[in-house]
Amino acid sequence: MSDKIKLQLKGVTKSFGPKKVLQGIDLSIPEGKSMVIIGGSGTGKSVTLKCVLGLIQPDSGSILIDGQETVGVTGRARDELMRKFGMLFQGGALFDSLPVWQNVAFGLIHGKRMGKDEARDVAIEKLRAVGLGSAVADLFPAELSGGMQKRVSLARAIATSPEIIFFDEPTTGLDPIMADVINDLIVECVKNLGATGLSITHDMASARKIADYVAMIHEGKIIWTGPVKDLDNSGNPYVDQFIHGRAKGPITDRADLSVKAA
Amino acid sequence: MSDRSSPSKVSPAGYVLDCCAAIGNGILNILQMFGSIVAFAGQTLLHMLTPPLFVRHLFRQFIDIGYYSLPVVGMTALFTGMVLALQSFTGFSRFNAESAISSVVALSITRELAPVLAGLMVAGRVGASIAAEIGTMRVTEQIDALTTLSVNPMKYLVVPRVIAGTLMLPALVLVADIIGIYGGYIVSTHVLGFSAGNYLTQTWDVLEPIDVISGLVKAAVFGFIVTLMGCYHGYNSDRGAQGVGAATTNAVVSASIFILIFNFLLTQVFFS
Repeated sequence: MSDKIKLQLKGVTKSFGPKKVLQGIDLSIPEGKSMVIIGGSGTGKSVTLKCVLGLIQPDSGSILIDGQETVGVTGRARDELMRKFGMLFQGGALFDSLPVWQNVAFGLIHGKRMGKDEARDVAIEKLRAVGLGSAVADLFPAELSGGMQKRVSLARAIATSPEIIFFDEPTTGLDPIMADVINDLIVECVKNLGATGLSITHDMASARKIADYVAMIHEGKIIWTGPVKDLDNSGNPYVDQFIHGRAKGPITDRADLSVKAA
Repeated sequence: MSDRSSPSKVSPAGYVLDCCAAIGNGILNILQMFGSIVAFAGQTLLHMLTPPLFVRHLFRQFIDIGYYSLPVVGMTALFTGMVLALQSFTGFSRFNAESAISSVVALSITRELAPVLAGLMVAGRVGASIAAEIGTMRVTEQIDALTTLSVNPMKYLVVPRVIAGTLMLPALVLVADIIGIYGGYIVSTHVLGFSAGNYLTQTWDVLEPIDVISGLVKAAVFGFIVTLMGCYHGYNSDRGAQGVGAATTNAVVSASIFILIFNFLLTQVFFS
C-alpha cells in the first residue's frame, strides 16, 4: 500500500473581512484514498475546498500537491495544475447553453485539445459509466431531472481522468435512493480511475459510504481526523454529536444557533 | 424601553462624525468600484491580446449583439430622423431657414444621435442580457466550473462579448446614420413638401467625413463600455436572484452614464 501523500494542507487560514473562516487547516490525504470532510454549515468546508482549487486565495499557509506548492500559482501554470483536478459542484454547475455531451467533453475539447468526434465518443462512454444512455447526450441540462444532472456533472468531473476529484455535497437535494446511487457511482469512479478524492458533506450516510478517511471541521479548524472505521469511537464529543445529529452537545453549546426557548 | 435611552446621549460632535463617516464610506466605495472596473478592463484587454481566442463564441456574439440589435437601432434611428425634421421645420420656419433642415438632420444624426441613442438602446438590450447571463453563471458556480476545467472564464465569456460589442456598434451606427437621414428625408419630402433632389444635395454638401468618422469612433467606445459593464457587473454579481437583478440594473445604469460622460469627452476631442 502506497503511503505517498497526494494532497497536503498546512496551516491554511482565510478571513473575509473581520470573519475568520479558516483558522489553520492541517490535512493530508494519501494517494488513491478518499477523504471526507464533515462539519456543519458555515464552518469553512466549502472555503477549504475552494482554496485547494485556487478559486479563493488563502491568507496564509501552504497547499501542496505531489509535494509542490500551489498557493499563488497563476496563469498557464494554474491551468496546467487544474488539469489534474475534477470537480463535482453542489448544484451541478452544468453549462446550460451547451448540450449534455459537450458539457461532459468540455475539459477534453478545451483543456486537452481533443477533436470533437473523439471527445463525443469519450463523453458517451463516460455517460454510460454513470448509467446514462446515449440518448441523453443531445439533450440540454435544463431538460434533465436533478439526479440526472448530478450524474452528468459526475461524468464531466471524471471525463479528463483527473488525479484528484473534489465532491461538493454530492448528495444534497437528492432523494435517499438517488443519493445512494450517486454514492455508489462516486466510489466506483474514484476506484476505477485510481484517483484521490476529497469530499465535503454533512450527509453522514454518504460520508460513511465514500470515505476512507474522515476529517471533522469546526470553527475553521480540523478537530478530528481518522479512518472511517474509527468514526463511531472517536472519543471526540464534537464528532459524536455531529454523526448522531443531536441538537444538544458541545457544537451547539457555544455557537449562536444553540437551541434556546424563544 | 429602558435600553433605548443610550443612543439619545450621542453628542453633536458625534453626529457630525457619523455624517462624515457615511459620506467618506460612500466616496471610498465609489472609488473602489472605479478601481476595480479599470482593473477589469485592463485584464480584459490583456486577455484579448493573448491566445487562445474562442472564435466560435466571437461569431455567436457578432450575431447576438450586432444582427439582433438591428431592428431596435433601426427603429430608433428612423423615428429620431423623422422627429428631427419635423421639429427643425417648426423652429426654422420662423426665420425662413427651412432649407437648413437637411443639414440639421444629417449632422445631428451622424455626430450625436445615432451613436448615443444606439449606445443607450444596446445598453438596455445587450448590456442587461450579458449581465443577467454571466451573473446567473456566477451564482450557479458555472464560472468556477470553467476554471476547474482549465478554461479561463475571462477569455471564454468576457473577451468575445467585448470584442463583438466594440466592432458591431460602429456597424450598427453606420446603418442608423443611413436610416436616420432617410427618416428626415421621408418627412421633408412627403409631409413638408420639399424637393427630394434639393434635400439630398444639401445633405451631401454639408456632410464631412469627420462627422461620420467621429460618430463611428464614439460607437466603438460605447460598444466597449456597454459590453464591459455587462460583463463586469455579471462577473461580480452577488449570490441569489436579487444579486443577478442588481447586477442587471447596475450594468444598464452605469453603461448609460458612462456613455453620456464619454460622449461629452469625445465630442470635445473631435470638435474643439
